[in-house]
Amino acid sequence: MKKVHPAVVGAQPFQLAEHRPVERLFEDAEGRDRLEKSLSRYPEKKGALLPMLAYAQERNGWLSPEAMEEIAEALDLTPAYVRSVATFYTMYAKRPVGRYWIQVCTCISCHVNRGEEVFESFLEHTGTRAGEVSEDGRYTVIEAECLGACGFATVVQVNDRYFENVTPETVPEVLAQLEPGEPEA
Amino acid sequence: MRKVSTPPETVRLTIDGQEIEAPVGSTIWEAAKAVGIEIPVLCHDERLPPAGVCRVCLVDVGEKRLAASCVREAADGMSVTTSTPKIEGLRRGLVELLLADYPDDAGNDDTKTERDELRELAAAYDSDPGRFPAGNGRPIDGSSKVIRVDHQACILCDRCIRACDDVQVNNVIGRTGKGYATRIGFDLDDPMGASTCVSCGECEKACPTGALTIASLWNGAAAEARTATGRVSVAAATTDLKPVDSVCPYCGVGCAITYYVDEAENRVVYADGRPSPVNHERLCVKGRYGFDYAAHPQRLTKPLIRRESAYPKGPLSAETTSSNGRRRKPGGLVDYDEVLPHFREATWEEALELAGRRLREIRDEHGPGAMAGFGSAKCSNEEAYLFQKLIRAGFGTNNVDHCTRLCHASSVAALLETIGSGAVTNVFADVENADVALITGSNTTANHPVAATFMKQAAKSGRTKIIVVEPRHIEMADHAEVFLQIRPGTDVACYNAWMHVLIEEDLLDHTFIDTRTEGFEALKELVAHYPPEVAAEICGVEADEIRRAARLFGSAGTAIVFWGMGISQHTTGTDNSRCLISLMLMTGNVGKPGTGLHPLRGQNNVQGASDAGLIPIVYPDYQAVGDAEVRAKFEAAWNAELDPEPGLTVVEIMGGALRGEIKGMYMMGENPFLSDPNTNKVRKGLANLEFLVVQDIFLTETAEFADVILPATSFYEKEGTYTNTDRRVQVGRKALDPPGEAREDWRITCDLATAFGYPMAYDSPAEVFAEFTALAPSYGGLTYENLGLTGKLWPCPDPETGDGIQVLMGDTFPTPNGLGKFVPCEFEPAKELPDEEYPFVLNTGRLLEHWHTGTMTRRSRALHEIAPVPEVEMHASDLAMLELSDGDRVTVTSRRGEITLTARESVRMTAGSVFIPFHFREAAANVLTIDELDPHGKIPEFKFCAVKVAPAEV
Repeated sequence: MKKVHPAVVGAQPFQLAEHRPVERLFEDAEGRDRLEKSLSRYPEKKGALLPMLAYAQERNGWLSPEAMEEIAEALDLTPAYVRSVATFYTMYAKRPVGRYWIQVCTCISCHVNRGEEVFESFLEHTGTRAGEVSEDGRYTVIEAECLGACGFATVVQVNDRYFENVTPETVPEVLAQLEPGEPEA
Repeated sequence: MRKVSTPPETVRLTIDGQEIEAPVGSTIWEAAKAVGIEIPVLCHDERLPPAGVCRVCLVDVGEKRLAASCVREAADGMSVTTSTPKIEGLRRGLVELLLADYPDDAGNDDTKTERDELRELAAAYDSDPGRFPAGNGRPIDGSSKVIRVDHQACILCDRCIRACDDVQVNNVIGRTGKGYATRIGFDLDDPMGASTCVSCGECEKACPTGALTIASLWNGAAAEARTATGRVSVAAATTDLKPVDSVCPYCGVGCAITYYVDEAENRVVYADGRPSPVNHERLCVKGRYGFDYAAHPQRLTKPLIRRESAYPKGPLSAETTSSNGRRRKPGGLVDYDEVLPHFREATWEEALELAGRRLREIRDEHGPGAMAGFGSAKCSNEEAYLFQKLIRAGFGTNNVDHCTRLCHASSVAALLETIGSGAVTNVFADVENADVALITGSNTTANHPVAATFMKQAAKSGRTKIIVVEPRHIEMADHAEVFLQIRPGTDVACYNAWMHVLIEEDLLDHTFIDTRTEGFEALKELVAHYPPEVAAEICGVEADEIRRAARLFGSAGTAIVFWGMGISQHTTGTDNSRCLISLMLMTGNVGKPGTGLHPLRGQNNVQGASDAGLIPIVYPDYQAVGDAEVRAKFEAAWNAELDPEPGLTVVEIMGGALRGEIKGMYMMGENPFLSDPNTNKVRKGLANLEFLVVQDIFLTETAEFADVILPATSFYEKEGTYTNTDRRVQVGRKALDPPGEAREDWRITCDLATAFGYPMAYDSPAEVFAEFTALAPSYGGLTYENLGLTGKLWPCPDPETGDGIQVLMGDTFPTPNGLGKFVPCEFEPAKELPDEEYPFVLNTGRLLEHWHTGTMTRRSRALHEIAPVPEVEMHASDLAMLELSDGDRVTVTSRRGEITLTARESVRMTAGSVFIPFHFREAAANVLTIDELDPHGKIPEFKFCAVKVAPAEV
């Protein structure tokens, strides 16, 4: 049996199955304001794509197909193009995630510091599979592209917070730290 | 200014020690190819802009890094080495990496239609497919009805993405995912069949591996044998098929196609676009996948004679008997089991003798005025010519017409009146030289899909600004700079306001007006009463938007106009066209490149059938029947006395049948039961005919009223010439043998003429073509030989060397005084406006996947599966008001009938109007339409009548 690369498991066969109701982005003043501000910063409409993807995730907790469609329309891009950009970045969640979104870096520095083992360890301790939400809705664990903290490999980002020098053995400690307070503040 | 001197036109460089010269801007890959050095590449296709993503074409240009030769421009003094051990090692490594994941059955001989470039490279490099471990399976997507997507066989070369974005400009495909999991994705990674894909197949054509293949090739017996044994069958290999260079049988674009034929099975296996100025190898879903109707088991193969028991005449199937939608069965084809028992098979001799004798008797008893014929724009020029010759010289009447009456009759009336010729003044592909393209009354992406690709490309390039004027938010509007969503039937008011603005702001070509036209003052006076504010009230758009559109149009250096049935199929159709013509004349946009009047022709040969004389008022090449000199010429040529009176048009002939004035009819390939307005009236008219001969490939609704049915050949089973919307005359070549005793249409017409007592005999279509061109000056000099593979535009003064004249009317108009004429028109509302009882406006038209009355496309597996059922498109607010939801069954009723079909919410509609395609007999739109005619073009108002919508009774 071949070892299945986790990235492949994380990729859904097709996006349609995930369609579910989300808030529209640009139908209220706040959304329109964010769009206008962003557009004013770039020479082309296209430039506002990354900020708008980030805004959609900020607003809905994840980047839904509906949001991508709405952004495509607002920026005169094709849905296929928006999705190609969104899926290039691991930091955009293309499916709903748990309350704690655990991104484990497995790029070069973290790789040599047992990053994959850290990743496996998170999966084991949260009882999830890559990219899936745990049954209690708490956790989603994914492999991330370089988080830019190579001096402290292995690096793990949980929501907006970094955990450094994580080893497979210290994973339970990290998880324990998440529980008492809200880390995303 | 950075540069003042003209840059040199070529660069000199060395490739593999060979000194060469290449045009500035060419890539290393192109420069090498020009001197016969082939650099291997996977992601490059000369029809697409280069991308440089596969890295197989890396070459050494003496820099630290290797350069991708497909994107790197050749530069002066460059020294290029295309092959070194290091480069070869890299290439081999790349191929082996790709090969590691490549499925065993990808690119097999049964299913590949293009070269499998990955396998070829692998063979050239003697690559080891097992050098790298295989990854885990990416999925197969079988959701599309026509294209099989094997993501595992995809090498991410991006060719399909560029084919979709840059060639067809449908913008459906992108890359999705990251790293190893990357794959091509449709829209938001939807299954292909659920995405906005329009199934044009351009991606499948561009794919260099077995990732995108024709789905039907995997369904054959050979494919099953392969999966069972794990071996590839050789018998049905696509390389064993016979290629036949022909053209497409569907729309007026006339794409050049190669059909690949399994001769043993007498079947077209697949089709592909071929190089031609018309379509640049592009096709749409109908042309690429809709050829299989010819092999449908319901083809007529023997002449049929109506049994005595089936008299008195009337419709034979329950569905044709009544237009009450509730009693109709779904499925959409004539029920053969119900209808065929009313006919008996006969020999050709018996059927022809009976048909010829009875038609003769009726003519002798009631005179030539009791006779009529409907030819078809689906048949060839030769067949149209012979058909009208039989009606005119044999029957002795000018009562001969065809479906052009239902499509561009009003446009042609306006064009003949104003500029003296009904044909287009420029080809559609010249849109790339236009600053502005006005597209109006034409759902181009659905009805002329390949022509639309040229328009979308022009818009995408930034060179051409598109203005769309339409009641529906059609796809083309998404590519437009300005989109005016006017109320249905208010075109005259809209364009009068444009002209008002052009005059007010002096955006006119005074020289052109002064030297080339007449009647401008009268027009000026009339449009003075149409300021944009007045038009805005009528059209339902902002006055400023009208101004913006008019200014954009008026300030363009060159402008071209494309129009379709949305302009012509109104009781004001001629007025609509006159306005467009005036608009072009006052801005001098006729007769030079990038300008012109282009009414997009519907049928593959509607231009040719009209040229060949299937029109009641003119002989071939628009020579008037009332002109004594012309008539004498044709009387001599045809050896018969001809009727000097113009004949009746399609709807008038049906009216004549209803009143008992028309008694004997011959119909070749027409199905007026579904195509003509007010079906209930047509039914009575057809039943009232004393004798009707129907010649067709299937049992149509119209054939149910026939006394004799003659089995004809499909497009693929005969040779003939067809003239497209550009005036390009092209040869359609025989690909298949006809089934059973079916006969070529031109032969049947000759046989029937002979049986009637006006003997006609020809050896080949080429012989007929020679007789026709001798009588039609516009076609002068054209022969089957010099038409060649890509045809010629008429007129063609130098047919042996030239391609024909692309831009007409450069110096003068073919009118008696050489001037173009302004004809001012007041706005008039449609004949049947919505009221309290019938509050909606009904618009009818076509879908991308279907053709007219569906006789062909509903028998094509792929096309039928993509669009199987009739739907009425409605605006969300109208549905809500009627307390209906998307997918509900509804009954649509007009003063003339009612039909039941499925309601579909559509963002393309405005509130207050509904759209129904006319392809579906189980919900025939023409049950509802009104048979009011345009007074000049005699075209019915298919685009406007009042209806009501209610939930269907269950």
